[in-house]
Amino acid sequence: MWSLENITKSVDSWLNLQFSPTIAFLIEAVIIMVLVIGLFAFLGLVLVYMERKVSSFMQIRLGPNRVGPMGIFQTAADTLKLIVKEGFTPNNVDKFLFNLAPFIVMVVAMVVLAPFAFSKGFQIWDVNVGIFFITAVSSLGVIGILTAGWSSNNKYSLLGAMRSGAQIVSYELSAGLTILVIVMLTGSLRISDIINAQADGWWIFKGHIPAIIAFVIYIIAATAETNRAPFDMAEAESELTAGFHTEYSGMKFALFFLAEYANVFIVCAIGATLFLGGWMPLHFGENNWFNTIMDYIPGIVWFFGKAFFLIFVIMWFRWTFPRLRIDQLLNLEWKYLLPISLFNLLLATVIAITGWHF
Amino acid sequence: MGAASIIILAIAAIAFSVIALLISKLVLKAGTNEQKGEPYECGIPTKGPSWIQFNVGYYLFALIFLIFDVELIFLYPWAVVVKSVGWLALIEVVIFFFILFMGFLYAHKKGALKWQ
Repeated sequence: MWSLENITKSVDSWLNLQFSPTIAFLIEAVIIMVLVIGLFAFLGLVLVYMERKVSSFMQIRLGPNRVGPMGIFQTAADTLKLIVKEGFTPNNVDKFLFNLAPFIVMVVAMVVLAPFAFSKGFQIWDVNVGIFFITAVSSLGVIGILTAGWSSNNKYSLLGAMRSGAQIVSYELSAGLTILVIVMLTGSLRISDIINAQADGWWIFKGHIPAIIAFVIYIIAATAETNRAPFDMAEAESELTAGFHTEYSGMKFALFFLAEYANVFIVCAIGATLFLGGWMPLHFGENNWFNTIMDYIPGIVWFFGKAFFLIFVIMWFRWTFPRLRIDQLLNLEWKYLLPISLFNLLLATVIAITGWHF
Repeated sequence: MGAASIIILAIAAIAFSVIALLISKLVLKAGTNEQKGEPYECGIPTKGPSWIQFNVGYYLFALIFLIFDVELIFLYPWAVVVKSVGWLALIEVVIFFFILFMGFLYAHKKGALKWQ
């Protein structure tokens, strides 16, 4: 049967047959690079358009509708505009750090993709500490943000970066604790094991109450970690213009922007993998007609469907909740989410040990 | 693909960024003037340097974060073996959480979690 797993396997064996192992490896590396860069370009174009269309839908207006049918070329036009703008370095900035910061956020956003399972067997690196790798690498992104804010020699940037740093490190704790719930239920850190454990039902359905609490906390923490409204203190445009990237322009700004949207996709993809079964199709009960129909939909469609559903939920938050003040934001994390997720972890331990999950 | 995938992806990210910046350099036509290099603060001339002291509150939160983050790292190996170890794992983590929670309450009592 046609599947991405078979394609990758046959490409791999064909390359190893035709060329020496080193050259085959290099060709595969180039293929991976092209695919990942393509994914990033796709995410940048689609998510910005989606954000604007969802916003306009929520506010009962039209949104972009001039460039192409339904305005679908709007983001392409925006990219073209950003290319011809000057990537300007102001006076008195720390030039080295200022130019390094966009690279840090881009590298972090791309490296974190390594253990992601896009479909069955369609994974760059199925490492045995997959989910730990993801949390470890994605927490490095805050270094890029702090570097950008500090080196900009601008008070708005500094304030934005500090707020963003405090917020990201705080919410990382509850995100990590909710991830632990799923790790405990599965008993493995490997992404493919986590997904295979959900073959007979996604963790949100069969994980009992702890999995549902963990999912809700994870979505809140993911919204905060990507600096999105209602947690967008870091770039509250009415007070800090643009937060940590106030001084950036042109393509450097575009890199920050792209990394931001890529991070939205990444946190939603992690949520989809852990709680909604990754590329696993929706199944009810044993072999019935419903499951057979669902099996025909390819895994990559399921994966992107779930991820984009969570992205839609996060965009929905933006137009539902008012922005939080910095003290409210830290209170929410330290006085509510963190104790709740700690006790939720204990509850999940009981359920994992007694095997009460379905 | 193995651990080399980290290097491959990092190279991909750097190549993507460099190419994007180079393209924008190539098509660039920029003038310059006196005010252009000044920090943007909504049009008002900046007062004093921008590398200033900031609120100590951020530092306090960073310190508490460090404690909890280390605790989180300790919990990862524990979470993998919970099912095979059984009830002993629960008892151990309850003791661990109790000590941690006392520290958390102490920080709360000291007002470290209050934004100042």
